[in-house]
Amino acid sequence: MMDILQIVLSESFWAASLRIATPLIFGVLGALLCERAGVLNLGIEGIFVVGAMSGWMAVWLGAGLWGGVLVAAFAGALFGLIHAILTVPLGLSQHVSGLGVTLFATSASYFAYRTALPNVTSPPRIEPFGALDIPILSDLPFLGPVLFQQTALTWLAILMVAIVWYVLNRTALGVAIKAVGDNPASIDAQGLSVYGLRIGAVVAGSALMALGGAFLTMSAFDAFFFGMVNGRGWICIALVIFASWRPGKALLGALLFGAFDALQVRLQTEVGAFLPSQVFLAAPFVLSIIALVIAARSADYPRALLTPWFKGQR
Amino acid sequence: MIADKVLSLEGLSKRFGSVVANDNVSLELYRGEILALLGENGAGKTTLMNMLFGHYLPDSGSVHVAGEKGALRPLALGHPQAALEAGIGMVHQHFTLAENLSAFDNILLGSEPLSRLRRDRSTGRAKIDQIMSDSGLRADLDIPVGRMSVGERQRVEILKALYRDVSILVLDEPTAVLTPQEADTLFENIGAMAKDGLSVIFISHKLREVLAFSHRIAVLRHGTKVGEIASADATERTIARMMVGAETPETKRESHEPGAPVLRLENVSVAGRSRRDSLSDADLTVRRHEILGVAGVSGNGQSALAGIISGLMPLSKGAMVIDNATINGHDPLTMIRAGVGRIPEDRHHDGIVGSMSVAENMVIERLDDPEIQTRGLLKRDAIQAHAEKLARDYDVRGPGVEANARLLSGGNIQKMILARVFERSPKLILANQPTRGLDMGAAAEVARRLLEARSRGAAIILISEDLDEILSLSDRIMVIHDGELVEADTRDRETLGLMMAGEAA
Amino acid sequence: MIRIEPRDAPSRYWSIGLPILSGVIALALAGIPLAFAGADITIAFGEMFKGVFGSVFAFTEMLTRATPLIFTGLAAALAFRARLWNIGAEGQLYLGAMAAVAIGSGAIDAPALVLVPLIIAFGCAAGAAGMAVPAALKTRFGADEVVTTLLLNFVILIFLQYMLEGPLKDPMGLGWPQSPPILDQGMLPPLIERMRVHSGLVIALICAVAAHFVLARTVWGFRLRAVGENAAAARHAGIPVNRTVMSVAIVSGALAGMAGVSEVAGLKGYLTADLSPGFGFSGIVVAMLAGLSPLGVVAAALFIASVFVGADSMSRAMGVSSFLADLVVSMSLLCVLIGGFFARFRLTRIQTAGAGT
Repeated sequence: MMDILQIVLSESFWAASLRIATPLIFGVLGALLCERAGVLNLGIEGIFVVGAMSGWMAVWLGAGLWGGVLVAAFAGALFGLIHAILTVPLGLSQHVSGLGVTLFATSASYFAYRTALPNVTSPPRIEPFGALDIPILSDLPFLGPVLFQQTALTWLAILMVAIVWYVLNRTALGVAIKAVGDNPASIDAQGLSVYGLRIGAVVAGSALMALGGAFLTMSAFDAFFFGMVNGRGWICIALVIFASWRPGKALLGALLFGAFDALQVRLQTEVGAFLPSQVFLAAPFVLSIIALVIAARSADYPRALLTPWFKGQR
Repeated sequence: MIADKVLSLEGLSKRFGSVVANDNVSLELYRGEILALLGENGAGKTTLMNMLFGHYLPDSGSVHVAGEKGALRPLALGHPQAALEAGIGMVHQHFTLAENLSAFDNILLGSEPLSRLRRDRSTGRAKIDQIMSDSGLRADLDIPVGRMSVGERQRVEILKALYRDVSILVLDEPTAVLTPQEADTLFENIGAMAKDGLSVIFISHKLREVLAFSHRIAVLRHGTKVGEIASADATERTIARMMVGAETPETKRESHEPGAPVLRLENVSVAGRSRRDSLSDADLTVRRHEILGVAGVSGNGQSALAGIISGLMPLSKGAMVIDNATINGHDPLTMIRAGVGRIPEDRHHDGIVGSMSVAENMVIERLDDPEIQTRGLLKRDAIQAHAEKLARDYDVRGPGVEANARLLSGGNIQKMILARVFERSPKLILANQPTRGLDMGAAAEVARRLLEARSRGAAIILISEDLDEILSLSDRIMVIHDGELVEADTRDRETLGLMMAGEAA
Repeated sequence: MIRIEPRDAPSRYWSIGLPILSGVIALALAGIPLAFAGADITIAFGEMFKGVFGSVFAFTEMLTRATPLIFTGLAAALAFRARLWNIGAEGQLYLGAMAAVAIGSGAIDAPALVLVPLIIAFGCAAGAAGMAVPAALKTRFGADEVVTTLLLNFVILIFLQYMLEGPLKDPMGLGWPQSPPILDQGMLPPLIERMRVHSGLVIALICAVAAHFVLARTVWGFRLRAVGENAAAARHAGIPVNRTVMSVAIVSGALAGMAGVSEVAGLKGYLTADLSPGFGFSGIVVAMLAGLSPLGVVAAALFIASVFVGADSMSRAMGVSSFLADLVVSMSLLCVLIGGFFARFRLTRIQTAGAGT
């Protein structure tokens, strides 16, 4: 018990929690934006892969780190656009289209990577984002290492939480996005474009998801591996329900998740002798399922989620 | 009073697939006029107005609207935005409100540029306050629409239209969800706004309110305009004849002495998700040879009452007794086996599986019947023959019993459900809004079948929002309001209306 | 301007022509990545064709590859027909495979006539259990089965890792994470001498025909379809919706488990963590290409297997990444989706009446 307390009070634990949470913050925000507009985006897992691969590849080809971030966001937006066109104007099954986009995005990324780098034994590395050392603040006890030695992408993620919150709750655009996810007819009757809003939300949300992937290759690691996204996208889909589609709660959910994950890694060294390591590996997934089961009962889904809307049809 | 023409529809036509919804319809509207658009369900009233408002693009025809200086100008069709800019507002029968937003946000939706980073809330609020005091329509602006009553939602819808500075207001069946008194108040407000220069078109199939509140009546039948008449010159008889093309058949009822009680609800409460689908301490008895009409504005607990009798909702208190046997457990199968026939309120949602065949839909309630299956294997020939017989007996018309049920028209879907329910000679029938959305012919058929079942000895609970239907079919009337069920000792419209509004009888 | 209009009656030819067209278009689209990889497109397609139809061996290899796809395709098709989103066939496949080696690698020594059915029964039961959990979470708690089945895939794969390093590890395996081999009498017999195609294919075909019959002709199939098409109406009509969903989940999971049994007891003989190159997910593509029809699943599985086998052989010959196969498979899913739209709707150009845009 003392050990756990010691872990939880350590700086490195909280720093790790925030680091682990960062891609999830991007992912949950992206999924939240899509779902608030009424579109489930199961393309998320593949879009993570696209973001990770394209961002890394751009940097490797010499684009610079922020150039890589832009490329990742753009690539994510492009695959999001495929999902948006299939599900919004064409009104096809959001489940199947999303899975299709995941399969397509993943295989396209893998193929592109393999084609660009046919015969490498160890994946080439890039110089990733470094800790954003802020003078004075970084030297603060506890807060310094936890908050002010994160990379720029972590800060971008937190900034995005604030931006998405502001847009949804303080702007006319946010009101319209929430309305189109609740009752598209309310948007059409007021002369706004249902398709425009939904496609826009899916594209923007997908760009956010891709940033989550980019964080993996450009901040958490310095190279691209097959299978590196490893279900993070699906976890985000569970977390967004847990977060009841609110940006603040999304941040909280991602952080809680990061903390649990960081804790299990540390516990593994403590009690690893008694429990097989796979218990710890499986913990994040089991945890997501449990979170989902707890949240499911009271989940207040956007009313028009999964429901296509066709103009001028009855 | 009537002078300037503000709107002119010329030769509008619209097809949906092979169905002609509107054929060459022309219509004019003048400043300050209240025009009633009258017609049966499916006559094309809503389609016509949806074309005016840009929801549907007409196949042919044009629309002209008066501009600021009064000259008629062509309207770009197929764009709600263009209609809004031309000063046309529409209040749809199915509200177009986002329930997760406040009334305020719903009203402002679309009037603010989406690219703006900040919202100017105070100007909007001042304008709405002004409109509320001018029109007499009031609503709480800050609670989510999802928590509002139907009447309040409708006021929000109208405020939403007025906020866009409309000069022409279209109301699609505005009183369908209101008590008679609420409807009267609404029309008083509309009348006052018309005096101030607002032009109004309202869609209705209720002859009484059309005569009482409009200046002029245009009648649609089968997608074409069959006539226009000044309301002062019209009588219920003349316009009813225009509407259906013939005299409406009177429903004949034989007199029967009610027999033994079939269903008794004793002190029953149902805890729904909201007050709208809850029931508190309800007592009710229906006897053989008796139709009990349950009148009320929708959303007052009818779905809870229907829910327990269909077996879809559990009782939270009290007892349900059928033929002196208490029903334990709730599920549709229990009720079907207890001899209850159920006609669901939303026939598309609860009544049919649209992509299964008519024949399959006709046996869906009796899959355990050895006539239909042996040891889990379906008897396809028997199912087919059964369906053909029922289709003949109940006059279900369509592309055949092998075709998907969703290809049937609304009236034929209802006849299919009637066939499925009545062939088993149920001792208790729950008919929940059985004629909603049907044309007069199909509605008359439903009424005839219900009366026939009554003669046979069935006990019938008829839930309806249509007071005329309740009055013409019921032996006894109860009123439901806010989850409370009260016996009505009167057949007086005024008193029943007050009871429906929850005011002491 | 362009409007979307529903077709009066979707044509019958579409239902067969559409998947074929989608496959062809997806294959044609494969020219883009091939050009990107710098390969000669005609030669590459020639190699792909040869890889499937070039020899009897090649063709039987394709059949071998199609076998698990028929099982996972049926698992997806039946579940999707009931609107139960089983995206966890990959995990259920491994559960089936684990059960098969647990029973078949020496725990029980019995003649083939006893052991083979036993292995199949346990494999199916394990797969069924793997889908029963998310289905129960759905019916009891309302937890979305899409997410739970997706996540359970990872849990099961990690569990597999544990089993292969622990309880199911082959003591003779030189330290590799692999299971001991299934006893010879526990193996599904091969269909042709010296070829790898095995009797799992026959079982798969029987399952497809049985599924077709059950859907069309039995009360259970009736209930499944009713629940899938309109759960509210099914419930109103007295059909036990939750029980139907649970039973569909069990059948769907069992079929996915059977894919694992067939791979491990029909082909590989022992279990490793790379038994399935994503058969569970490809099964979804197969089911969608098949229009969720059980007989269509067979045809779609043959097509997808051809893509895999052909692309593999092409990539060996030409040095193009074998991820091309996954790319074509995913594109054919997107194509069939888009094609499904055009089967139901058409775009019409409409002259705008009056003035304006």
